[in-house]
Amino acid sequence: MIATLTVGERRTGAVLSVVLAVMGLAMAGAARHQVMAVHGFMAFGLGIGLVILLGGAVFDPDTTDGRQNRYYDAPTRFGIVMTLVWAVIAMGVGVWVAALLYWPEATPLWPATSFGRLRPVHTTGIIFGFGGNALIATSFYVLQRTSRARLADSVSPWAVLIGYNLFCFWAVTGYLMGSTQSKEYAEPEWYADLWLVVIWVTYFILYLRTLARRNEPHIYVANWYYLAFILVVAILHIVNNLALPVRWSVAESFPIWSGVQDAMVQWWYGHNAVAFFLTSGFLGMLYYFLPVRSGRPIWSYRLSIISFWGITFFYIWVGSHHLHYTALPYWVQTLGMTFSVILLVPSWASAGNAIATLNGAWSKVRDDATLRFMFVAAVFYGLSTFEGSFLAIRPVNSLSHYTDWTVGHVHSGTLGWVAMIVFGAIYTLVPQLSGRREMASPRAIEWHFWLAVTGTLVYVIAMWNAGITQGLMWRTYGQNGALSYSFLQSVQAMAPYYLLRTIGGALFLAGAILCAWNCYLTVRTAHGEAIDRPLIPEPAE
Amino acid sequence: MLKLHYNLEKISMGLVIGIIAAASVGGLVEIAPLFTIAETVKLPADLRPQTPLELAGRKIYMREGCYACHSQMVRSLADEIDRYGPYSRAGESAYDHPMLWGSKRTGPDLARVGGKYSDQWHVAHLINPRSVVPASIMPSYPWLTQSLETELLPDSLATLARLGVPYDKAMIAAAAADAPAQSRPDSEAAGDFAKRYGERPAVRAFDGDPSRLTELDALVAYLQSLGTLTSVQNTPPVEAAK
Repeated sequence: MIATLTVGERRTGAVLSVVLAVMGLAMAGAARHQVMAVHGFMAFGLGIGLVILLGGAVFDPDTTDGRQNRYYDAPTRFGIVMTLVWAVIAMGVGVWVAALLYWPEATPLWPATSFGRLRPVHTTGIIFGFGGNALIATSFYVLQRTSRARLADSVSPWAVLIGYNLFCFWAVTGYLMGSTQSKEYAEPEWYADLWLVVIWVTYFILYLRTLARRNEPHIYVANWYYLAFILVVAILHIVNNLALPVRWSVAESFPIWSGVQDAMVQWWYGHNAVAFFLTSGFLGMLYYFLPVRSGRPIWSYRLSIISFWGITFFYIWVGSHHLHYTALPYWVQTLGMTFSVILLVPSWASAGNAIATLNGAWSKVRDDATLRFMFVAAVFYGLSTFEGSFLAIRPVNSLSHYTDWTVGHVHSGTLGWVAMIVFGAIYTLVPQLSGRREMASPRAIEWHFWLAVTGTLVYVIAMWNAGITQGLMWRTYGQNGALSYSFLQSVQAMAPYYLLRTIGGALFLAGAILCAWNCYLTVRTAHGEAIDRPLIPEPAE
Repeated sequence: MLKLHYNLEKISMGLVIGIIAAASVGGLVEIAPLFTIAETVKLPADLRPQTPLELAGRKIYMREGCYACHSQMVRSLADEIDRYGPYSRAGESAYDHPMLWGSKRTGPDLARVGGKYSDQWHVAHLINPRSVVPASIMPSYPWLTQSLETELLPDSLATLARLGVPYDKAMIAAAAADAPAQSRPDSEAAGDFAKRYGERPAVRAFDGDPSRLTELDALVAYLQSLGTLTSVQNTPPVEAAK
């Protein structure tokens, strides 16, 4: 990491680390609340650690010349390591909380390990930790390749990745200590939210500056998606998290929104976190790695334009489908439902475009587990967007809402689509960045593929059954006109499905651990530098 | 059109502006009117804000992630009305920063749970759910017997007042004292509490022990207040639900 920086950049980095350490110390000193003090010390420790690392290298030899002719991949490598670390942590916690629903007595009687505190550790760890690191790491890689330009500078990519991971660790340790805003998928408290804004703006500026240096006249479609991800997530994050802190020295705040408006803002955020974090960004990934791995150009340029603008425009309307039959005005619910159905068109255009791209490369899909990950991702993307539009229809939603069907739907998207495309990208990137032709163990990829597919199917099918059973038991009336089942009976009926779900999740986790191990082996036995194309082609002799 | 886009792809700021424009429309059309159309939230005349003790309980409810498994939103569906009670009205959560409508029912809805069970039942259930409901899969919360922190309550009320919740100066100043007062029915402080909040909030030792103010006091007070802050849900709707 440090060897890739010039002496001047090491100094800049050291100064920034000192600033971080001072900020952390000030936070810890001012804090009148355990959580904020712990978080202050975390920032302080990270800052000091970085100062020692960078300060110790200030007098080391400068980086070699000619780096402008190479891509800057060290941040991407770090980002992939963090992606895998978060995958194991967050999927591990996911399997554990799934098990607690089957064996509630297994909960240790400490506050920090209670289901309600661990559940956001799972969701934040997966969405922000695993997904976010994968997006940032691959965006740096894809941005440089498609622009044929090196990242605009060498310090800000590190600031983005390290700062972003500090946010993630603040978030999950906060939950364990009981600090939460309780807004779903936006639980971190106000200072963590502010910190993320700083990081995100740095990320956006880096992206634009690198685009400005591009040696290709056109901006490739993957970058449109990454840009939409960066921009819209910023808007959503800021509006949803507007809050007044109780005091500047405590990790407690009240959102400025209340009641109905808060519900609408929350699900406008919540569903578009799905749209612009879990869809747009990962479509960017798909649009680069699928053609690269299959050796086929994207099937239709026009279709990618239509689906990009369709997704960007229509998605933002659909959040209110989370609030059918509630106190939200009926007209907003209807708009949400209508646009959810329309959204199927651009969604399937994307999925279809991806699958049609594989035409002529089906033999590769059969033989290459990495490409198969991407193919399965596109298929699950198509399936879960269909399911999403279906669940948004009011009468269907009356059955499915509040049940495990929603949980199953989310996991068909996150396991089947998001995680599969990430693993496909990782298996393409890691050997490439290690100067190798393939991963250390191709057989482990094959094992991972089948573990992931089996795990996803077991999980999703268990949750479909669970959700539909629950929904039907809640609304069944007997001949005497009274409800047939108590709520508790519907809880008891879930037991076999909760067990199956735990098994499905464990299979998926096993695959992810296999992936981390395979990546470790590949990197450890790296043959050298990345197989990089030089930016400025040398004239032929 | 294709030509236009062909050129747009060469300008990064063009894409940036296009994305922001395309992604703003839906949010503006759906969210802005919720603040301007008066019928969206009719503030019930009898809606009372939460007492400091209930507010502290609400914080504990959030801290323990109860909202991940319990909703507080009865939908306007026959079976939900039969199971839980009158469907939820917008005005009921007008003072809720944030709302806790929830999105999943691993356990039952709690919007109408206030007054449904006794305090003793709640205490036993929170400490070990399986002691009263053998088939329950809810976790145990034995640490709720610890003392309740009241230091932040005046600032919490002041912050909410700034956001439009009707707490007056006296309520804010006395918030830290009003929390224990609500759990000590025979004390002098309880009389002062009633002067500020009226006779509607329940005043009793929620965890059964008036000598100590615990997190259980706060959480049980909060649970018992759910669905009782207004009676608007019991009045017939002006417009029949569509």
